Amino acid sequence: MLALIIRRLALGLVTVWLVSVIIFLGVEALPGDACTAILERDAHGEALAKCREVMGLNTPALTRYLDWSGGILTGDFGLSANGQERIAELVGYRLRNSLLLAAGALGVGIPLAIFLGVIAGLWRDRWPDILFSTGAIFAMTIPEFVAATILILIFAIWLGWVPAIVLTPADAPPLEFFPEFILASTVLTMLMIAHVMRMVRASMIEVMAGDYVQMATLKGVPYWRIVFRHALPNALLPAINVIALTVAWLLGGVVVVEVVFNYPGLGRLLVDAISDRDLPVVQAITMIVAITYVGVNLVADILSLALNPRLRSHQERGA
Amino acid sequence: MAGPPPLIDIRKLCVGFRGRAGAMLPVLHEVDLTVCRGESIGIVGESGSGKSTLALAAMGYLKHGLQKISGDVIYDGAEMFARRPAELARIRGGQLGLIPQNSGQALTPTMRIGTQIREALHLHCALPEGEHATRARDLLAQVRLPDPESILRRYPHELSGGQQQRVAIAMALAGEPDALLLDEPTTGLDVTTQAHILDLLRDLAQSRNMAMVYVSHDLGVIARVCDRVQVLYAGETVLEGPTRAVLHDPAHPYARGLLASIPRLGEKTLPRALDGRPPGPGEPREGCTFAPRCALATEDCRAATPPMLAGGADQMSRCLYPERVNEITGDQAGTQPHGCPEDSPCALDLAGLSIRYDRPGLFERLRGAARPPATVDGIDLHLRQGETIGLVGESGSGKSTILKAISGLLPPASGQITLGDGTALPLTVESRRPDQLRRIQMIFQNPDDSLNPRQSVAEILAQPLRLYFGLTDSALRARTVELLDTVRLGAPYLDRRPGQLSGGEKQRVAVARAFAAGPEIVLCDEITSALDVSVQAAVLDLLNELKAAHKTAFVFVSHDLTVVRALSDRVAVLYQGRICEFGPAAVVYGSPSHPYTSVLLNAVLTPDPDHAPRLMADDVTELAPPAHGCPFQRRCPVKCGTICDTDTPPAQQAGDGHVIRCHIPLAELRAKQTG
Repeated sequence: MLALIIRRLALGLVTVWLVSVIIFLGVEALPGDACTAILERDAHGEALAKCREVMGLNTPALTRYLDWSGGILTGDFGLSANGQERIAELVGYRLRNSLLLAAGALGVGIPLAIFLGVIAGLWRDRWPDILFSTGAIFAMTIPEFVAATILILIFAIWLGWVPAIVLTPADAPPLEFFPEFILASTVLTMLMIAHVMRMVRASMIEVMAGDYVQMATLKGVPYWRIVFRHALPNALLPAINVIALTVAWLLGGVVVVEVVFNYPGLGRLLVDAISDRDLPVVQAITMIVAITYVGVNLVADILSLALNPRLRSHQERGA
Repeated sequence: MAGPPPLIDIRKLCVGFRGRAGAMLPVLHEVDLTVCRGESIGIVGESGSGKSTLALAAMGYLKHGLQKISGDVIYDGAEMFARRPAELARIRGGQLGLIPQNSGQALTPTMRIGTQIREALHLHCALPEGEHATRARDLLAQVRLPDPESILRRYPHELSGGQQQRVAIAMALAGEPDALLLDEPTTGLDVTTQAHILDLLRDLAQSRNMAMVYVSHDLGVIARVCDRVQVLYAGETVLEGPTRAVLHDPAHPYARGLLASIPRLGEKTLPRALDGRPPGPGEPREGCTFAPRCALATEDCRAATPPMLAGGADQMSRCLYPERVNEITGDQAGTQPHGCPEDSPCALDLAGLSIRYDRPGLFERLRGAARPPATVDGIDLHLRQGETIGLVGESGSGKSTILKAISGLLPPASGQITLGDGTALPLTVESRRPDQLRRIQMIFQNPDDSLNPRQSVAEILAQPLRLYFGLTDSALRARTVELLDTVRLGAPYLDRRPGQLSGGEKQRVAVARAFAAGPEIVLCDEITSALDVSVQAAVLDLLNELKAAHKTAFVFVSHDLTVVRALSDRVAVLYQGRICEFGPAAVVYGSPSHPYTSVLLNAVLTPDPDHAPRLMADDVTELAPPAHGCPFQRRCPVKCGTICDTDTPPAQQAGDGHVIRCHIPLAELRAKQTG
């Protein structure tokens, strides 16, 4: 099993490396560079040459790639084009805020989705199923900015419980933007719950019709014990990968929701950086998102190995 | 009836499901079943007869969608379907134990064996929790599992089929049951394993005075374990009586037909098929349900459902003429299998075929590690035109692997495959030319998987015709109909999809598809093992006709020795991918000389309570062949010494092309057989 994890890890590293190359080349291929962005209209003649000299843009691409990627390995993403701040600092708090938001949405959403999925699966085609399934689909189909706007309308404008817009700086202690945090994670929970719930529901139905559940019933195992001990662990296996995708999506910065609530997270920083043509920041955020994706999927793989004894020993035999 | 009240008493039970139109479609019609303490009853029937439904109903359980319409299911004096869930949970797995059909799927895959057995003990055992671990070990030892300690720690998929079945038995025993319900518990197991499990069940039932309700389609199994038999047909009891009487002299025409459709080791004729099919749930039934298929049927039979009447030897039969039943068989003798002349030209030649599943990784190759022995090795076969060679052996013997190699689906590691005209076949399917592909066709075990459910029968058959012969339009249609006629289906089937066909019909379509290519060689991979015996007999009959009409050569793979016997000219007995014995079927079956062949043949069950199988070797499952010596060394009951472990046994010629690979001299082997 260890060999398998190492193999997956190596594969993940290769993926991250490939992504870094693509990001670097993509930015290279764009017309203009950091200096044209900084200097804007003054970007010509001597000023441009000097800027490039200072920022080391005249060195060959390979050298710059090695500098950049070497920096990432030590946690140094370089300087932002605007304001020449250290990107690591700029991103650090935003990343924390985005992680908090994701954790909030996941901490509530995943258990809730699994719970609703189990209930819907067990009461298939009866009212709890119909209620939860249609509810989840409904929640999923409302665009997030609409849901967000409605929540703001209700809680900020009608009820006045929270301010409609935060102007909290990114490095503020989390408690200060708690109201936005609640609203934003509610919207995110609504968005993601349907996928996971429907997956759990479908596999729960399949598992409950299976031979081993019938066997457990005829062995005299009480109903809820069958559900939790015999059926649920098996029903969760196919759901793990859907959950992993959801987690990766959440951690990758949820642009629209962060922008609507003016939430100081990674997604909003990305939007700002793009509109400012701050290419170093865009590169850095994209790298972070890529690493998150790879990492989360790796965890999901390991988790399904741990939960599925069949997969585990099959791989052992194969390895 | 005097004596104590019965343990299980089912009276006039009707069970059904609601069809699409909203009408109730019954699957069981007023079925009675009484089981007394210590008694073992067999419930026999083909698929769809309702036998499993009946057994599960005895536990107060119906599969999803089924409902009880009327009748009583009394266990221990009270109606099962009226009990509260907690009460049912106490009885199920406690006094009433179930041993399921497929234990591999009936054990929860994410729980260790130990956890599952302890769960049963926790629910039903009076012992204090502290003693459960010891008790679990005892139970596994009771079902004759070696090394219980390690089995307890394993997950279900880490056990062989026989071991899983034993675990299921141990789990049922954990509740100290008064009665065991067994739902086809040995179907899908190897013959030797099956014989061992049945032996174990018989001993357990006797020593604990347990009642058993044994559901099976296999009369051979019933003959081994049951005192009485009840035969179900289309959800109705048609015959009930003592096992010996029912098997020797059945008082119902259906039972008679069923018995005749079972292929037997000793007979040289093909088994006789039962024509027609039973009515499905909800189909109109007037009079006797078996009348449309019955040779004795009269106007009286079609007028009203016959009552259960007393037949000979303590049997109760739902037939108006039980005394005339034995008239049926006399006049129609079974068909002779078509033989193949010895000078028939060659169709296919396999030389030194060796197949490996392992692919050494870069690391292993660099290290130069020794590779495990090949999965299949040293296969030389010479197939004549119009000949059938049977490959038999237990699961894992490599018989299907050889078919895959011939068809090019699995390229062999070494060896030559040559067609009759001397062309050496490329080893992979991709590198074969269409004409070479056409000449070898394959029929698979399960037609549900091998026929595309979205294509109509016409489309399925049109594919090879278009591909190999370029037929179109009316020529294509005419040929398709002709093919359907050869497999006795006919033009009405053209527009049906596989989902609208019965198992036997689907397999006929698969046969027709293979013959659409006009092949010289047809590879049959367990093609009858998913079918009911009566349907199997019809398919065997069909293959026999096609073989004679088209001079087609068959390689016929089956785990069922009797089926191979019925159809094959020559037989190869395989163990761990090596041929142990090869020769004309009559010789190999007549005087089995290789110890493994004897083990197999002796374990075969026959529908005769007076014939007991002889268990000569343990049913150990071996995962890989031994590196040196005889492949059968680890299980051989007559192993002659270290030479078996070190040297590959010589191919001893016994005349008529009969070859035995064994270190024991021929004369001595023969003496062992007779002795």
